[in-house]
Amino acid sequence: MKKLLKGNEAAVVAALVADCDAFFGYPITPASEIAHTAALLFPKLGRVFLQAESELGAINMVFGAAAAGRRAMTASSSPGISLKMEGISYMACAEMPCVIVDVMRAGPGLGNIGPEQSDYFQIVKGGGHGDYRVIVLAPGSVREMYQFTLEAFDLADAYRTPVVVLTDATTGQMMAPVEIGEFEPTKPEKPWKLDTTAATNGNVITSIYLDFDEMERHVGHLDAKYAEISRKEARAELYRTEDAEILVTGYGIMGRLLHSLADDCRARDLRVGLIRPQTLWPFPAEFYRRAVRPGVPVLTVELSKGQLVEDVRLTLRDNPVHFYGRSGGNLPTREELVRQVEQVLRRPDV
Amino acid sequence: MPIVLDKPSSFFDTFHRKPTQQKTTHYCPGCGHGILHKLIAEAISAAELQDRCIIMAPVGCSVFLYYYFECASISIPHGRAPAVATGISRMRPDAILVCYQGDGDLAAIGTNNAIHAASRGEKIITFFVNNNVYGMTGGQMAPTTLLNQKTTTTPYGRTLENEGAPLPVAEIMATLDAPGLVARTAVNSPRNIQKTRRLIRRGFEAMKDGKGYVFIEVLSHCPTNWRKTPEEACRWIDEVVTKVYPLKLFKDDLDTREPLCREHPRGGFPELVKALGVRAEEQDAGGVPPALPNGTDTLTFKGAGFGGQGVLSLGLLLANTAMRKAWEVTWLPSYGPEMRGGVAYSSVVISRKPIGSPVVDCPDILIALNKPSIFKLGPLVPEQGTIVYNSSMIDELPPDLSAGTVAGVPATDLAAEAGSQKAANTVALGCLAGITGLLTREEIAGALRETYSKPAVYDLNLRALDAGWRHGVRQGTDA
Repeated sequence: MKKLLKGNEAAVVAALVADCDAFFGYPITPASEIAHTAALLFPKLGRVFLQAESELGAINMVFGAAAAGRRAMTASSSPGISLKMEGISYMACAEMPCVIVDVMRAGPGLGNIGPEQSDYFQIVKGGGHGDYRVIVLAPGSVREMYQFTLEAFDLADAYRTPVVVLTDATTGQMMAPVEIGEFEPTKPEKPWKLDTTAATNGNVITSIYLDFDEMERHVGHLDAKYAEISRKEARAELYRTEDAEILVTGYGIMGRLLHSLADDCRARDLRVGLIRPQTLWPFPAEFYRRAVRPGVPVLTVELSKGQLVEDVRLTLRDNPVHFYGRSGGNLPTREELVRQVEQVLRRPDV
Repeated sequence: MPIVLDKPSSFFDTFHRKPTQQKTTHYCPGCGHGILHKLIAEAISAAELQDRCIIMAPVGCSVFLYYYFECASISIPHGRAPAVATGISRMRPDAILVCYQGDGDLAAIGTNNAIHAASRGEKIITFFVNNNVYGMTGGQMAPTTLLNQKTTTTPYGRTLENEGAPLPVAEIMATLDAPGLVARTAVNSPRNIQKTRRLIRRGFEAMKDGKGYVFIEVLSHCPTNWRKTPEEACRWIDEVVTKVYPLKLFKDDLDTREPLCREHPRGGFPELVKALGVRAEEQDAGGVPPALPNGTDTLTFKGAGFGGQGVLSLGLLLANTAMRKAWEVTWLPSYGPEMRGGVAYSSVVISRKPIGSPVVDCPDILIALNKPSIFKLGPLVPEQGTIVYNSSMIDELPPDLSAGTVAGVPATDLAAEAGSQKAANTVALGCLAGITGLLTREEIAGALRETYSKPAVYDLNLRALDAGWRHGVRQGTDA
């Protein structure tokens, strides 16, 4: 079944196909269509939609629903996600699976409702307190909004962790046809859940470990889980990287713009390749190392003043890594990007 | 001999969840928490609700509430018990959520969550333990600290000028419709303990029947932080605290309430398809996407006009129609700098192969519905491109147009003739299709049927489409 959907709508449809039981949210532009669509569709399918009293309320309702052993999600945009950080940290520690969609807008502060990618640090490096990670998926299209949200629920359950779908105002607002099909979610048993049978009377879900050694053991357990996720779940799209004299890299909407840039440049006999990370944590370092030959210049383009580029530089120690960023809600034009590529090629060594 | 009082089954015999000293609680000597715990456990067991109760362990002295109750439990962020409980309740409508919260948890950091959960009538029984002070963190001021009371953060006593008056939480809760029982009670004397026992049992009986939200504020004593002996502390409740926080049944209309039902039949994929409103006959048959009229793989489009002229839906209509023809398509509304200046845009990319960027800088096709949009975007359309402009509102063209085809259509006037000026966007799209052959009249009509479910609106747009189409075909022939 094909349907023309906004990126934001695609996330909701995917959630329902993934058998999500509940959506708890609080309105914020440019993520509100997610709440609107969830409000329309969830009750029609006997699922729960509830507009919470605050972002804190919403994420903690998700916490409760997850503790009850069910699939739950919330969505917001940058300033709202800042508020959710408390709950995300608790859920990471208590190992509660859930899905959170962040439709990034310009910041800091109230910023504006235009697209930016300046939540990278907040989401990928952990905006909440403590030593935790969340899986971060970065869809580059409406189709991937659907696909990644669908997969996010299985990943969350498999690893007992919050999963963030990190996208931006443009991807959330744009429309494209999405193929919607039936899907068999992988749902592990949840013997730890809280329910109303005698069998779970002994269950306690907690994130408090007063004893220092016990706390260290638990953090070590989380860390081992994160190592496993790092080994297994990193993903990236590589495009025309084999013979590239320069590689461009960016995620989400930028990855998509860079895809067109690679084609534009090839038409002008510039051998440009693209690496588009599809997971930001785990960072697809191996994809970069395999695709980029030593010495080849790399241009990282982001809708920020340079956040992803830090991970690119950490990964590629033997390559000159350049950066170009736009912010404030602005997207670079194709010509602007071609000029950046030409400039790097003129002086590849930083 | 008959047993008149027994240890309730929902209370652990030995507190094995506690790492050490498993026969005693973690509370200070003379604390009120232990008494209240016991009363709650008794009521849970008396009502046979042990399996259905899920206990929220808060942040505060009672953070380890789950050491003592043999019930499913969860420890949560400070103040968020009502939100977490809401999440569980909505997933398990038969669960009874026990929110046990102190005055910092409920009356300060979590007031917002508490009030809203109460107002929604969640299936929560709340025990608000008011001891006028923050216990666990070291005797700081609580919202319920009395005037002149000294704490570690009001070392000179709480004042009206600086901290304001103590917060009357039960009184606030009693103003809400949803709670069925709101009361303030105490556990400082045998008499008050008996009253509290009866109240708690009534609360759990109501919860058993699914009668929603219950709020019980319990005045408790904190000898440690009050710097009093347990005896002095119990007396201080009677002599001082109850003068500010009177013991009272503020509200009890449980007997007149109906059980709350929130369960609904669950739908799966077929119900989703139905809810999305997708009809089988509207799906494209797949296959090879037809060639584009400009002879390339990709065609970019921009529709522009004043906000309210329907440029977003114009683009959407084009995108919907193009999708049926097995073309790849993206639609993007005004964003970023384009929003400035009061001109709305929608960008559509149509392609025979996967689309890279959805952003359109220089459109192959432009529909301009007002003058600012043709002056701003017209010059960007390349030589092979097409501009259709609304000649009802555009009386002058920019001098630097390079587009090969520039066609005017009195879209607003033709739309008015068709029934409403609002359909000018459909007139313009019809005209574009007539000129370029990008889409057929029937294809657009098909998309209109999905877009406009009201017959009158559909008919209006169909008339507008035909007027534009005829105009476009004539212009195409003339060219």
